[in-house]
Amino acid sequence: MNLSRRSLLKLSGAAIAASVALPSFAQAIDELVIAYNVPLPSWDPTTGPSAVNPTIQGLYQSVFDQFILQQPDLKPAPGLLTEWGWNDDKTQVHMTVREGVTWHDGSPFTAEDVAWSLERAANPETGNPINFVWASLGNFKVDGNTVTADVKQFDPTIFKWMYFLTGYVLPKAYYTAVGAEGFEKAPIGTGPYMVEKFEQNAFVRLKANANYWGGKPDFDTVTIKFVTDSAARVAEIESGSSHVTLEMPYEEYDRLKGNMNAYATPVSDIGMIFLNDIEVMADPNVRKAAVAAIDKQAIVDRLLSGYGVPIDTLETPEYDAYDASIKTPYDPDAAIALLAASGYSVDNPVKFKIQTTKGFKPKDYEMIQAIVGLWRKVGIEAEIEVYEIAKHYELRGADQLAPAAFYNWGNSVADPTTSTGFAMFGPSPHSVWDSQDLIDKIGPLWGEKDEAKRIEGWKGVSRYVAENAYVIPLLQYVQPILAAKGVTVTPHHSGALLPHLMKRA
Amino acid sequence: MALLQTLILRVITTAVTLLGVAVIVFFVIRVVPGNPIAMMLPPGATAEDIANLTAIYGLDKSIPQQFFIWGTGVLGGDFGTSITLKQPVLELVLGRLPATLELSVLALVMAIVIGGAAALTGTRLRETRVEGGIDVAQGMALSVPDFLWGLVLILVFGVLVPVFQISGRVTPSLQLPFVSDFYLVESLLRLRFDLSLDLLSHMLLPALALAIPLAAIIGQLLKQSLKETMHLDYVTLARTQGYSEAKVIWSQALPNAILPTLTLVGVQFTFLIGGTVIIERLFSYEGLGNMAIDAVINRDLPLIQGIVILFAVIFTGVNLLVDLTYAALNPRLRHG
Repeated sequence: MNLSRRSLLKLSGAAIAASVALPSFAQAIDELVIAYNVPLPSWDPTTGPSAVNPTIQGLYQSVFDQFILQQPDLKPAPGLLTEWGWNDDKTQVHMTVREGVTWHDGSPFTAEDVAWSLERAANPETGNPINFVWASLGNFKVDGNTVTADVKQFDPTIFKWMYFLTGYVLPKAYYTAVGAEGFEKAPIGTGPYMVEKFEQNAFVRLKANANYWGGKPDFDTVTIKFVTDSAARVAEIESGSSHVTLEMPYEEYDRLKGNMNAYATPVSDIGMIFLNDIEVMADPNVRKAAVAAIDKQAIVDRLLSGYGVPIDTLETPEYDAYDASIKTPYDPDAAIALLAASGYSVDNPVKFKIQTTKGFKPKDYEMIQAIVGLWRKVGIEAEIEVYEIAKHYELRGADQLAPAAFYNWGNSVADPTTSTGFAMFGPSPHSVWDSQDLIDKIGPLWGEKDEAKRIEGWKGVSRYVAENAYVIPLLQYVQPILAAKGVTVTPHHSGALLPHLMKRA
Repeated sequence: MALLQTLILRVITTAVTLLGVAVIVFFVIRVVPGNPIAMMLPPGATAEDIANLTAIYGLDKSIPQQFFIWGTGVLGGDFGTSITLKQPVLELVLGRLPATLELSVLALVMAIVIGGAAALTGTRLRETRVEGGIDVAQGMALSVPDFLWGLVLILVFGVLVPVFQISGRVTPSLQLPFVSDFYLVESLLRLRFDLSLDLLSHMLLPALALAIPLAAIIGQLLKQSLKETMHLDYVTLARTQGYSEAKVIWSQALPNAILPTLTLVGVQFTFLIGGTVIIERLFSYEGLGNMAIDAVINRDLPLIQGIVILFAVIFTGVNLLVDLTYAALNPRLRHG
């Protein structure tokens, strides 16, 4: 064989590259490595800003259990609570606590832990940002493995909060002994994994909880690296340094999905445009034209590579009050006619400002650019203002958003209260549409005790909101996940990436 | 005497600078958009809930009152508690500083070595194709920002030929016996070269990304200084005495030519530390810069203040050191 120096060098380089790059894909995976997109700031899942940050709930759920288990399809299932409900007149709640569960330090988990966690969550001094939700219950009583409490103010969603933000059970005896600071340094829960090592902003190393009530996880050791840059996460999975990653650009997902286990699952995060009842938005023709002029499917196809589900209400198909019959079709001719009825045209466009983030969600700014382009064709001239997400929160809280403002709303409990309810109910600090007609429609639903009637009521609200174009729902986001061939992932519709739902392929 | 006067003057201006930075950062981050409480608000929060949460974080007081409370604390060594991380700010920033310093110093060393070698080679082989090649390479190094070099390095040495680590500071599975946060220094002192190699494997790419533009600047300036020095009489004299060209450059021209480069290195080092913010993020390196980005995203006001003050201390400290070193090396200043 005649081997030149150049070809020898090429062969050597290829051999080195192959020998270094291949092992993690080819060999059995002992230690699962996940490149996660956000760092974990703090271990207490019930206090401070991280407690209400949806993107890190998957990390918490690896170590702590929630009162009630939420399945990947967002439906509740028995967890630490095996049974729960109200009494007939809904003045009391009762909860049955699972027996035989232990904390990571080996001590027994009891009903006292549940009662203490609920009482603590309601205490504003702990720094729980949503203590007022938990304050609707009080006067807890423990009897064996049963906890009862008085309903101070009826909240039909209280059990849904038990698998939502801050709905975690913490160890009473351990937390009381070590205090908040000690708990941050050595957190324990009843969850599927135990914290072995934690370096802030760098990684957390987890060990499987052999005594987990739900069964020992498949991987004994899991390292979750916090890799915030999406290009770096792609490099991590491509080089084999990590076995699983998420939230990469869809173009990268498409490029790599052929060589990996790939999952693209609609999650409970939606893109929407808030309409504020100010200036030209007081004109129903303008609002309805703005809705009719947007081709959502084209936006999903062209900007998000098809990864998105167009929606017509703030309820996605997985939500309890989803009504597939409510439609707001793309109809540019109707938009032109509506605007003409109010004296606007392409030559004499209606003008308003639209605010958006840039880079906070995939293609957010580009989507708004496309929408502004579609609007221009029917006689709407919108000026784009880019702002930081923090500014959005501030303006929304003060009811000072522009006439139109892009945002993404998460609602992993799938209840209409925590989507349409808070986004559209005028008195809520999260709503900027304050018309009395809508307040009157939503108001009675807050305390509705008949669940079927409540859900039907919310469907009616969604229809009313769509008919009057009080908001512009755009799309349901799709979460891309890539995994090495040796790992299968069960995606969760909440968007939480859960290591205990990952198995060896 | 002149040196002492310079020292006193610089210490006073440094103190004034730090005070100015403290005032500006405190007021500016409270005026710019973004309320940390608004970011925490869950659906259904009432005005009372918002007021309670605001009071918990001490943001219900006027800005001057908040500054007085914070300033008094800082003078006593208490920089407050991070809103998101729930730990004392001073403890957090001092815990992260060693990682950033180690990365910055490694980048500086690499920049000096690469830039110095380029300058010496370019001077030795001046007016040849080699010098032209070095000039082109330096031009490229300067025209590409450090974060792009980072991406290129990740692609080449992380993906195509994965020989170096592309994220983190150390392999998570390793047991670290360290008592300080200066992992690299301590691993060398403890003769734990296995850990040193692992740390260097993580640090090399981010350090190189930081070093490449700086190396080009150092190389250009040093070569220019060397070239000017090479025409001076004492260098010509050295040549006539039979010194080799390499020795003339190394022992005669370099000591005089290095002074402007030294000043530049000091100034650039502070910029290099600033550059770690993006590079640490890109490489998920657990340093101060990475923490700074999270603090800004989360509007963690106490942490932002702490990090900015620490950066300001480093910047002014390094500049002070450079000025004093220059004064000590400069005979005109040394002797008044």
